[in-house]
Amino acid sequence: MLGRVAIASTPFDPEAEIAAFRKALDDSGAIVTFTGQVRPSRGDGSVTTLSLQHYPGMTERGIESMLDDAAQRWSLEAALVIHRVGDLRPHEPIVLVATASRHRRAAFEAADFLMDYLKSRALLWKSETGPNGKLWIEPRDEDYADAARWDRQPPGGR
Amino acid sequence: MAKLLFFGRLGDLAGGIERAVGLSEPHSVSALIAVLAAGDRLLGSALLEDRVRYALNGTIVDREALVEDGDELAFLPPVSGG
Repeated sequence: MLGRVAIASTPFDPEAEIAAFRKALDDSGAIVTFTGQVRPSRGDGSVTTLSLQHYPGMTERGIESMLDDAAQRWSLEAALVIHRVGDLRPHEPIVLVATASRHRRAAFEAADFLMDYLKSRALLWKSETGPNGKLWIEPRDEDYADAARWDRQPPGGR
Repeated sequence: MAKLLFFGRLGDLAGGIERAVGLSEPHSVSALIAVLAAGDRLLGSALLEDRVRYALNGTIVDREALVEDGDELAFLPPVSGG
């Protein structure tokens, strides 16, 4: 499998990345992409800035080993993870995950698996600054539960 | 000198992401935290919280691991990406 991990400190263009990802494929019939972006508001209309921190080197290696894990679980032609760090404004893309396989199920499940890892296990720290100051975000119980689903389903290949 | 890195909210408590400490002899992670706690009890107790992990030169270790000059020790609080 061809895997690529990028930590971006400046804005990236998900559509351009997806087009390049798709162009490089030659054996896949299914491409799944997920884009996460900064929520425009928190419901009370207030604008917030999101900040993301990573541990250069170790964060990338952790995500790369998750791509290897995904490649063991599903038959994928390619997978891509781009994650922003630094200060982000509302609507800016935070994360892009793309997976490609011959048939759709592997691509869907692998993208879901990679997002669960990124939400609760990748070495990334997220804070939100709004009218009430700065708040460090921790995964919700649902995020931990989502990631734990895959622990019960060890790599076997499909 | 050993390089200490404090990520996430630990960086706010430590007053910065990076700190250098001179170690005349190897210290376990626990002993190093005790030294930091002597200067700042709040930081010391935050570094001992259950969900904080430690990475020595890029590898996750426990509190018995020995740190010496030239090493990089990172304190990793609960993560959140995506």
